[in-house]
Amino acid sequence: MRPRAAGVYRRAMTTATTQAARVVMDGSAVADALGRVAREIAARHPDGDALALVGVRRGGIPLAARLHGLLIDAGRAGVLVGTVDITLYRDDAATALPNPQIGRSEIPFEVEGRVVILVDDVLYTGRTTRAAIDAVMDYGRPRAIELAVLVDRGHRELPIQADYVGLRVETSRRERVEVRVDPGDASHAVVEVLGPAENTHSHGA
Amino acid sequence: MNGSVRHLLGIEDLPARDIVQFLDTAEVFFGVSTRRVRKVPTLRGKTVINLFFEASTRTRTSFEIAGKRLSADVVNISVSTSSVSKGETLLDTVKNLEAMHPDVIVVRHSASGAPHFIARHTRAGVVNAGDGLHEHPTQALLDAFTIRRAKGHLADLVVTISGDIAHSRVARSNALLLTRLGAKVRVCAPRTLLPADMEQYGVEVYDSLGPAVEGADVVMMLRIQHERLTEALIPSTREYARTFGLNRAMLARAKPDAIVMHPGPMNRGVEIDADVADGPRSVILDQVEAGVAVRMAVLYLLAAEAGQSPLA
Repeated sequence: MRPRAAGVYRRAMTTATTQAARVVMDGSAVADALGRVAREIAARHPDGDALALVGVRRGGIPLAARLHGLLIDAGRAGVLVGTVDITLYRDDAATALPNPQIGRSEIPFEVEGRVVILVDDVLYTGRTTRAAIDAVMDYGRPRAIELAVLVDRGHRELPIQADYVGLRVETSRRERVEVRVDPGDASHAVVEVLGPAENTHSHGA
Repeated sequence: MNGSVRHLLGIEDLPARDIVQFLDTAEVFFGVSTRRVRKVPTLRGKTVINLFFEASTRTRTSFEIAGKRLSADVVNISVSTSSVSKGETLLDTVKNLEAMHPDVIVVRHSASGAPHFIARHTRAGVVNAGDGLHEHPTQALLDAFTIRRAKGHLADLVVTISGDIAHSRVARSNALLLTRLGAKVRVCAPRTLLPADMEQYGVEVYDSLGPAVEGADVVMMLRIQHERLTEALIPSTREYARTFGLNRAMLARAKPDAIVMHPGPMNRGVEIDADVADGPRSVILDQVEAGVAVRMAVLYLLAAEAGQSPLA
């Protein structure tokens, strides 16, 4: 159907052969987008010492690591990086089955007074971001929280917006957006939109 | 857990996979207790009842803090204030609690099997917080958690458990759990405090502390209760301290990096010397800290299951 980029890490087994799939970003497009997001962050925050990137587990972690490297290259040497797991903060946590695969949040620095930029791969309903904001707040009172995402696919269910967006993609709710990142090198990434298996030619709104 | 664990009644029926699941989940909650806000909203709207038919300040407090740090509503019912003293049966007590729709009931009872009985008559998840001479599964989990944090693993470690083995649900749950995860467990006590059937748990049995401690990675001392004196099972606390007490000289026979544990409350100068209990190799207060994290993991994994399935 389409060539897979070499070295691309599969985040989940897909049945891509039976689904309509469109690649919306290939490896170089992802690299360009992350480079632009890093420049926008650097322009807005001249002082790296007051800045921290927090990747939202799990898709945001390699992207935060990549942005961290780019910001250091851009002279923001003091910028810190951490991760946050939102399982315990989900709005359905008390009614859904327990998730035994909770990951650890690792925020090994003082949040108080710092600008925290949450980094996630896909912004969709906004519920994950809401949970991540609450989780970060329990570590301390940041001066501000901003949001950077690789893909904004729309369909918000909460009043949440991203400050930095790699790419806005028109999707339907029936579609699935998949970001596959090589954890060793986030510039090797691909973003594709997978349609529902039973309807192979439905492409967004 | 795959939605399969509704109750935590003992270690005996818990597969190694589920034990590791509890321990791994506890690692996440361990971090919550060191943050600025020591609370997560996960069990908002859930109710946990601590039903204690036996006095236990520390276990009850540990469960209470665990529940509160998960944002559950926690209610403590202790025997002195309950209607049990007015002659109510255990079944009536459970039926009354059931009518208030709790999500988890934490039970301590002097009768072995009481939590199992309660589990058959409630939709809530039931946690055994110690039943008679039978089991104390959360103590075994927190001990394993503490050992794993100190040593990095459990398999192949030599763990010596010394004290009143015959009357200790802690020793029993620990022997079951540690052997299941591949540790080599030694139990040690005077002959009068050793059950006859201890070998069935796959442990080595000693009636002298020196050989039991020799080369151990972990030395766990258990409390000697004073009623053992009146039952004439030990001659005197001084005699017990001399032959079965852990002092610095005795600890020197263990591995140089051996850790010292005690589930509390301690009899300083009887089963353990103060300078060992407070020494650099003691992890006794780490056990208390681990207790909250482990009980948060247990409540978390049980609470969402609770109330979903009908009575058996």
